[in-house]
Amino acid sequence: MIEARNLVKRYGSTVAVSDLSFSVRPGMVTGFLGPNGAGKTTTMRMILGLDAPTQGSVTVGGRSYRDLPAPMREVGALLDAKALHGGRRARDHLLCLAHSNGIPRSRVEEVLRIAGLEGVARRRAKGLSLGMGQRLGIASALLGDPAVLIFDEPVNGLDPDGIHWVRTLMRALAAEGRTVLVSSHLMSEMALTADHLLVIGKGRLIADTSVDEFVRSSSRQSVHVRSPQAAELAARCRQAGAAVRAGSTSRAAAAPVAGPDAGTSPDVIEITGMDSAEVGRLAAAHGIVLFELIPVKASLEEAFMELTRDSVEYQAAGATR
Amino acid sequence: MTGATITPAGPDDRAASRAAAFGDVLRSEWTKLRSVRSTFWALIVTVVLGIGLGAVISAAAAHGYAKSSVSGKLSWDPTAVSLDGMGIATLATAVLGVLYISSEYSSGMIRTSLIAVPKRGRVLAAKSLIFAVVTFVVGEVTSFTAFFVGQALISGHAPHAALGDPGVARAMAGAGLALTALAVLSVAAGTLLRHPAAAIAGMIAVLFVLPAIAQALPDSWRNPVTEFWPTQAGGQLASVHHSAHTLQPWPGFGVMCLFVAIVYAIAWTLLDRRDA
Repeated sequence: MIEARNLVKRYGSTVAVSDLSFSVRPGMVTGFLGPNGAGKTTTMRMILGLDAPTQGSVTVGGRSYRDLPAPMREVGALLDAKALHGGRRARDHLLCLAHSNGIPRSRVEEVLRIAGLEGVARRRAKGLSLGMGQRLGIASALLGDPAVLIFDEPVNGLDPDGIHWVRTLMRALAAEGRTVLVSSHLMSEMALTADHLLVIGKGRLIADTSVDEFVRSSSRQSVHVRSPQAAELAARCRQAGAAVRAGSTSRAAAAPVAGPDAGTSPDVIEITGMDSAEVGRLAAAHGIVLFELIPVKASLEEAFMELTRDSVEYQAAGATR
Repeated sequence: MTGATITPAGPDDRAASRAAAFGDVLRSEWTKLRSVRSTFWALIVTVVLGIGLGAVISAAAAHGYAKSSVSGKLSWDPTAVSLDGMGIATLATAVLGVLYISSEYSSGMIRTSLIAVPKRGRVLAAKSLIFAVVTFVVGEVTSFTAFFVGQALISGHAPHAALGDPGVARAMAGAGLALTALAVLSVAAGTLLRHPAAAIAGMIAVLFVLPAIAQALPDSWRNPVTEFWPTQAGGQLASVHHSAHTLQPWPGFGVMCLFVAIVYAIAWTLLDRRDA
C-alpha cells in the first residue's frame, strides 16, 4: 500500500508535481500513466526517499520510506536500469545490494534464475544488452521478496519476448497479493498490464480509475459516412440530435495512406451520438445514397491523448492532433 | 515465469527478516570496493610505486651523500628519504577515495544505493570506514617495506636509520595514519563535490597546489600556512626530524583530523539533505 497526500515538488520555479494525492492498493497492478515530463519519475523518487517533497507526504505501508527498517524487504524498485557501476559483474551488483539489507546470498542466485540471467551473471554490467540490463534491474527489485514493487518504464528497450516476460511477471506479482506500481507513457501497454490507472499530466492527477472503466468511458464511438448527399444527411442527423463534423477521408479503414490532399472532403462526415444502424435507417428513410458507412471506435491511445492533451509538456509545433 | 517461482520464501524466511544493520552496509560497501577492477589497480600502483620510487630515491641520495655539503649532511634524514615514494601513495589514495563514491554519482549507482540504504549517513560512514581500514593496511605495508628497502640501500653509503631509533617507529606508523585521515577526507570530498573530476581536482589543490602557492608567499604568510595547513600538519606524524614552523607530530595530526572532521560533517549534512 502506497499513500500519497498532497504531494508537491518544485524545482526552483518549475512545478514538477502539484498537489498529488492517491493510494496504490495491493493485489493489483496499478498503471502510472502520463506523457513525458508529467511527473511520474519525480513522484516515484519521492516515494523512494530520493527526493524530499516540497510539501505533503508519501508513505509505504504506513511509514515514510526512510524509516523502513529493511527497505529492500518491503519495497523493490527499478527506476533506471542503467543506474549501476558498469565495471561490476551482474552477480556482484546484486550481492552488494543483498548485503546492504541482510539478504542471504542464496537469494541472489534465485533472482538471477527468475530473471533468466544465470548465463550472464559473471559478465560486467556494461557488457549487458539493454534487455539484459533491464532484467538485472528487475532482479534487484525482487531481491528482498518485497510486498510493494515500483517499476519506472520497465519495458523500455525490451524486445517483444522481454515485454511479455515483464507483463507476466507484473501480473503474477499482483496475483500474489503484492502492491505493484508501474509507470508508462504508453496507454496500450497499460491496457494489457494494469488493473487500475493513475493518470497524471503536468504533475496533476487527471484520472484515478479502473482500466475497465477508463476503456468504457473513453470508447467514444462515431460513424464515418461518405455520401454524395452528405450535407443533407448531416442536417437530418442534427435534427435527430446527433453531432456531425467534417470527417477526414483517411479515416476510412480501406483508405490508402493519406496523401497530401487527403484531409477533409465535403462528401465525408463524422457522426457521433448515433450508431451505424441508426444512420443507415435514417439515410434509407430519406432516400440518401451512402458510399461508405463505417463504425469507428476511438483507440485507447486516442482517448488517453485526448485526456492529456492540455497537459502535454512538449508538443510538436503545428501538430494537428 | 509463474508466480510460484517468485516467492520461494517460506514462513521461515519471512521470520528471518530483520532490520538492516550498519554491519550489513559495511559488508555491502566492502563488496562494492572489491568487485571493481580500479580498486585493485590503484592499490597495486600505490604499493609498487611507493616502494619502488622510495628505493630509487634512497639509492640515488645515498650515492650522493659523500659529495654533499656540510649542511646537506647535517640535515640528512634517512627515514624521510626512504619514504619519499609515499607521495604517490597519497595521490593514488586521494583518487581512489574520491572515485569510491563519486563514481556512484557519475554512473547513477548512488540512487540504487540510497534506495537500498535510505539512512544515507550509513552509506557514507560505511564507505569511509572500509576505505580507511584498507588504506591503513596498504599504507603501513608500503611505508614499512619502503623503509626497510630504503635503509638497506642506504647502508654502506650513508648513515642509515633503524626502527629502534627515536621517532622512527612513530613516523612509520604515522605515515599509515596520515594516509588514513586522507582516505576519509577524499571520500568526504567525493561526496561533497559529486563530480569525479571536480573532487579529484579539489584534492590535488588541497594536497599539492595550495601548499606550493604558499611557498611563494612572504615569510609572515608562509610560515603559518606551512604550520597549520591540514595536510602539511598531518604529515608531521610521518617525519622524524622536527623542522622550523611546523607543529609537533601529534598536534599536527590533530589539526589534520579536525579538518577532516569538518569536511566530513559538511558532506554528511549535504548527502542527507540533497535530492539524490
